[in-house]
Amino acid sequence: MNECIREKLNILADAAKYDVSCASSGSDRKNDNKGIGDASAGMGICHSYTEDGRCVSLLKILLTNVCIFDCAYCVSRKSNDIKRAAFTVQEVVDLTINFYRRNYIEGLFLSSGIFKNADTTMERLVLIAKKLRTEEKYNGYIHLKTIPGASDELMKEAGMYADRLSVNIELPTENGLKLLAPEKDRKDMIQPMNYIKDQIVQFTEEKKSLIHVPKFVPAGQSTQMIIGATNETDLQIIQTADQLYRKFSLKRVYYSGYVPVLKDTRLPSLDTAVPMLRENRLYQADWLMRFYGFKAMEIVNAQQPDLDLEIDPKLAWALRNLHVFPIDVNTADLQFILRIPGIGINSAQKIVAARKFAGLTWDGLKKIGVAINRAKYFISCKNSPLEKKEYTAEKIRQFIIQTSKTKFHAIQPLQHRLF
Amino acid sequence: MKYIIYDNTFDGFLCAVFEIYELKLKDAFIRKEDIQLPSLFGDHIQVSTCETKAKRVSDKLEKLMGTNGFRKLWKAWLTEESHVEDCIFGTIRYCLEQQRNVLSDFGNLYVIELSQKLKMIEREKHRMEAFVRFQRTNDELYYAVIEPDFNVVPLLIPHFKNRYADQRWLIFDLKRKYGIYYDLFDVDVVTFGEAELQQLKMPGKAVFQEDEALYQTLWKDYFKSANIKSRKNTKLHVQHVPRRYWKYLTEKGE
Repeated sequence: MNECIREKLNILADAAKYDVSCASSGSDRKNDNKGIGDASAGMGICHSYTEDGRCVSLLKILLTNVCIFDCAYCVSRKSNDIKRAAFTVQEVVDLTINFYRRNYIEGLFLSSGIFKNADTTMERLVLIAKKLRTEEKYNGYIHLKTIPGASDELMKEAGMYADRLSVNIELPTENGLKLLAPEKDRKDMIQPMNYIKDQIVQFTEEKKSLIHVPKFVPAGQSTQMIIGATNETDLQIIQTADQLYRKFSLKRVYYSGYVPVLKDTRLPSLDTAVPMLRENRLYQADWLMRFYGFKAMEIVNAQQPDLDLEIDPKLAWALRNLHVFPIDVNTADLQFILRIPGIGINSAQKIVAARKFAGLTWDGLKKIGVAINRAKYFISCKNSPLEKKEYTAEKIRQFIIQTSKTKFHAIQPLQHRLF
Repeated sequence: MKYIIYDNTFDGFLCAVFEIYELKLKDAFIRKEDIQLPSLFGDHIQVSTCETKAKRVSDKLEKLMGTNGFRKLWKAWLTEESHVEDCIFGTIRYCLEQQRNVLSDFGNLYVIELSQKLKMIEREKHRMEAFVRFQRTNDELYYAVIEPDFNVVPLLIPHFKNRYADQRWLIFDLKRKYGIYYDLFDVDVVTFGEAELQQLKMPGKAVFQEDEALYQTLWKDYFKSANIKSRKNTKLHVQHVPRRYWKYLTEKGE
């Protein structure tokens, strides 16, 4: 029995690891029934990190890796000759509770290969979430991956038990999907996203007029797309993400650098490196859109459809827009301070709070945590400017690359084959 | 220059602040009593801890910076850093001079240093919330030992009490030799004798539930399976899970 469960866990954790979502934050589910677990902390917790440096927050497993589909990019594809396994409902419940009680995890991220049909698969996932909530009085985090094509009723039920639902869009464009997953239909992904969004809106409306409304996916919905399996530009990727954020109010879009696991003429060859740097730059761009007030078109555009791998997208924007600088940190609005390279959200907020007392100096900015070596070309403060000369964008770019340890240098040798 | 020495308690520290104002000292440093002082000739004043004096200081500060603001001073003090008193007292003095809440004046040297100490302690607290690994004993106690860099155990109480409301648990700081114990109703601070401490450090197998070993194995298996070999990034791994914490992490054990 023990050996059996070990083998299942190995197979079904291994098959689930390519889904990169790990968030355990954003829910407001409290432990108010003296049960186990609390997902209301606001900040998620990463309980460990794997040797690839990725966070381990949730027990991320597939219910089964049996699948009727044959998507080229997926290890669990039907035609792939691998060991198959399936958990029982109770096994998943027991694993989740026992891991949670030992403080190994923040919760469960459950996904599945599609066996028989979408509804049967989805039903099983919902049953697990329901058992955890009702029988185990479990208030920890639950993220369910919804199965494209499952019925609205099941989707709604899933939303009553889960903190987050996600539908993976899989590839940034419809053409990419047609090429690599011809059996899947983009519509089957968009439709549930839309449905979940509408339900969230409806529940929020009801909350305003009723005292007690049950929770419906309090941590919202997210999606993921694979980067580098097909030949999309960063512009296409960012546009897709931007649309998803705006149309469906998604909480997160995840970008998953394609890990070559299968030999297929439609895919990059097996010795292709994982595009980790590109993935990192995409996340930086995503942060700019979600937290820094940037519009998608400011980050990439038709003239420059790909992100600069050598420097981060905020610096790249600043270099293209030198005319808006220097910005005076002692007077400018927060939204402009956020646009200065070398100043993050925390520093920007500290600056705005501190300058109410007294004007900030270079030394003060440094202590607050501003990366002066980058910021100095773009700001003015109480003292005379550090950089008086009018440098060109190209010069500044070179100075900054020379004086900073960019990720580019660390990762570049590995990725050489890509370019 | 004068050194005001206190008994390593936070109330003692507040009494040292009281003393400085009482004696109108211009140039004074507050130090813990077991700390090596630079000069034998400097003037030392040992303060005795008195709840009333401490309360007068805390009341005044709470009025100026709010309960949360005052709590920040205490949190920074929990880092136990040898000269942490300097930025806390510096902030207090600045606050009293200004007669207003100065905690967001990050241009002030003491305030910014205080905020850095706060960041350190918050990070350590967050780490412990992540790195505690409970083991389930025969009598249904979930117990964990830790050795945090700073004295964060008091800060862990609400988080664990909330989360594990239906299981008895014990989190013990081996470095500072005390822990917190939850009995399904309340959390108490506990200490142990030398013999019990030894047992906490090296519990026999018989202490644990039968399935404890199984779940530890499953967790280790899971940790291995979740790794993507072609993305190996040891630097990032160690940056997030520094080696000094590995000792008590089930997944990093043999």
